[in-house]
Amino acid sequence: MLLSEVTNTGFFNLAPWIIFSPVIGLLVNIIYGGRMGEKAIGWLASAASGLAFGVSVLLAVSLSGVHGEAQVVLFADWIRIGELNIPWNFRVDTLSVTMMLVVSGVGTLIHIYAIGYMHEDVRFKNDLGRYRRFFVFFNLFIVMMMILVSGDSYLMLFVGWEGVGLCSFLLIGFWYEMDTLGRPSWANSNAAKKAFIVNRIGDLGFILAAMTMFWYFGSLQFGEVFAQAEEIAAHQPLVMIAITLFMLIGVAGKSAQIPLYVWLPDAMAGPTPVSALIHAATMVTAGIYLVARSAPLYVTVPNAQYIVALVGAVTALCAATIAVGQYDIKKVLAYSTISQLGFMVAAVGMGAFAAGMFHLVTHAFFKALLFLSAGSVILGLERGHHHLAHHGKSEMPAEAAPTPPKYGHGSSSHNEAFDPGDMRNMGGLRKTMPVTFWLYLIGSLALAGIFPLAGFWSKDEILADAQLHYPLVYILLTIAAFFTAFYMGRQNWMVFFGKARHDAAAHAEESPKIITVPLMVLAGLSILGGALNLPYLHTFTHWLGYTLGGEGAEVVAEGAAHAVEAAPWYVLGGLNLAVAGLSTVLALAAIYISWILYGRKPLTHGQIDPLKKMLGPIFTGMERKWLVDEIYWALFVDRYVDVSRFLADVIDWRFWHDWFHDKFIAGTYNWLSNIALDKVIDTRGIDAFFNGLGEMTKQASASLRRLQNGFVRSYALAVLFGVVVILGYLLIR
Amino acid sequence: MLPLTYYLVISAILFVLGALGVLIRRNPLIIFMSVELMLNAANLAFVAFARSFDVLTGQIFVFFVIAVAAAEVAVGLALIVVIFRTKHSIDVDLMSSLKG
Repeated sequence: MLLSEVTNTGFFNLAPWIIFSPVIGLLVNIIYGGRMGEKAIGWLASAASGLAFGVSVLLAVSLSGVHGEAQVVLFADWIRIGELNIPWNFRVDTLSVTMMLVVSGVGTLIHIYAIGYMHEDVRFKNDLGRYRRFFVFFNLFIVMMMILVSGDSYLMLFVGWEGVGLCSFLLIGFWYEMDTLGRPSWANSNAAKKAFIVNRIGDLGFILAAMTMFWYFGSLQFGEVFAQAEEIAAHQPLVMIAITLFMLIGVAGKSAQIPLYVWLPDAMAGPTPVSALIHAATMVTAGIYLVARSAPLYVTVPNAQYIVALVGAVTALCAATIAVGQYDIKKVLAYSTISQLGFMVAAVGMGAFAAGMFHLVTHAFFKALLFLSAGSVILGLERGHHHLAHHGKSEMPAEAAPTPPKYGHGSSSHNEAFDPGDMRNMGGLRKTMPVTFWLYLIGSLALAGIFPLAGFWSKDEILADAQLHYPLVYILLTIAAFFTAFYMGRQNWMVFFGKARHDAAAHAEESPKIITVPLMVLAGLSILGGALNLPYLHTFTHWLGYTLGGEGAEVVAEGAAHAVEAAPWYVLGGLNLAVAGLSTVLALAAIYISWILYGRKPLTHGQIDPLKKMLGPIFTGMERKWLVDEIYWALFVDRYVDVSRFLADVIDWRFWHDWFHDKFIAGTYNWLSNIALDKVIDTRGIDAFFNGLGEMTKQASASLRRLQNGFVRSYALAVLFGVVVILGYLLIR
Repeated sequence: MLPLTYYLVISAILFVLGALGVLIRRNPLIIFMSVELMLNAANLAFVAFARSFDVLTGQIFVFFVIAVAAAEVAVGLALIVVIFRTKHSIDVDLMSSLKG
């Protein structure tokens, strides 16, 4: 891959502004935000993100002007130690620009949405001061994500990688002193810590990969590393497998794959725009970006690729089954996100980088839409709840509040605070929140992969690629796709159809335009997003092919060639009608089954989930997330606590403090100072010496005192003698 | 003219007598007189030398000595008066407050 210096044509020199603009936004909000109104703060942050989007668009246009040739914009020296030279460069190629467009584009829409959302959220939670903090964090996230996608080396990427992790931590724990229902608790901050710590485990994998890479490649710059990839893979295949698999650990952490996905569901503790931006659309896709970016490395080790693909596929299926058993509207979407990330990881693992990135983009559209709509639903219910609290008339008896099932959220009880995110409290919102309903429906259908929405095209591209080379992955993903359609159907029936199961749902109010308009834009993108990469055209694949070079293009070409040469009658321009048809039929079947279970006879309050009656313990397993959290807790957290207890109580306290410090060091010191220094050297040596001096002086003076006898005569005699002696001496000499 | 030696011998005898007086006697008045004796022994030696070598220096010295001796007696007698007032005695052996 040749990297040309920045050409004079185009706007590549503007590249640093994708970072400057949100930096300026957050600085202004930090310094002057206190004097600015809510509107100004929110719009400034949105404008900062929007400007970054504008620059990204200019970069994309310029890039097509130079036929997608990767550009490196030199910006500053960063690390220069001896031979090691890591500059801070902006890499502008089709892959990074795609990510920039998604991050800043979807990011800007979510910023605008957050203006409305946070306005209400800070009022429900009763802390207006945090409005500004939210947008500062949000802009910081855009900064970090841009550093991640625009970095020209693994180290620069890692800076952004850690930065987004920090922002994720800050925003999950945004309401750190309460739980998701606003009760005083450390639940939210524990969720933030969990996300941070699990991500650290993944980051360890990333660091190991980077170190191994540096050891064998002598560089962390993308260009230099990729240039040597084939050679190293030929001579030291194990090194390459180690690097790619270490990297997979990092991917599993950031992109919530098995075994490190457990943090993402808990991350829903953050405000909904955070879930949409960070935990659905952008940050969690950083892992997919990393694999796609490292495509030249992965294609050299097919075994590692297969492992990546399997991890993705298993995650996709496992998370999809868990999503079926959830009651919290955001938890369903969280597991859905894990599942969809599994699709993407499987795709990039198979070498279908373009398909994976395509799904990343469409998923960003429809999952952001779903999360934001869910936020709108939650706000609607909170408004209804608020309304009731003020008007004080309840149409349902207190006992009629939904009875939690045996294994609800653990904390459920009759007296608990109202949970606006619990789907068992919803129902019938189609009438009270029509706009949100339609938006949510579009997002759901796009996610379920219904023709011709965006999800259909991207998911089927992945499935078609899997079907070509990896039958096991294909089967897993197809089943996962079936579950996807099912849980989305279940969610829609439960939330929007039937009758309200709670007073708040009955009095839910539609959200204002500031919230719904960004959603409409996202809905438009969710409908039309498939147009990026239509069969026959493959615009997006070719666009990425410029960057992924041989590798990406090869896979595409192979797929296309397969389609053309062996072309069975059902493959049209890369679209495998058999695969697409099967997945569509499965999706429709899943929606139909969900209608039978949840749509035909809507749930009434307190009713047990109908699926629970049918599946019994299996459903309980889904509902309880296959006990993964509990198993992790027992296997790792408790053991870790045991080890830290041991270290603290036994090693640190008893051994180190009690024995080593108190007995050994302090004891020895005491002995030394008491016995050796005090009793021997000090008392018998130094003390004795000076006492002796004093004694000598005393005795000398006692004998001298006798001369001073008080008789003037004897003094005169002494004088006389003195004179006689001196004179005698003078005479005799 | 008598030879110088005669004067010097008398001067030495006078000096020894004065010194013995200072050392032996306890009455401060006597001690003062003995001191005068020693001073005058010295004066005699000065004058004898001056005469013998025919220079005036020795004679001038004698004037100084007489003047100083007069001053010394004045101070000394005043001290004796004060001591008598406090101790009601002028025995020098009783003046031993600084005894070690």
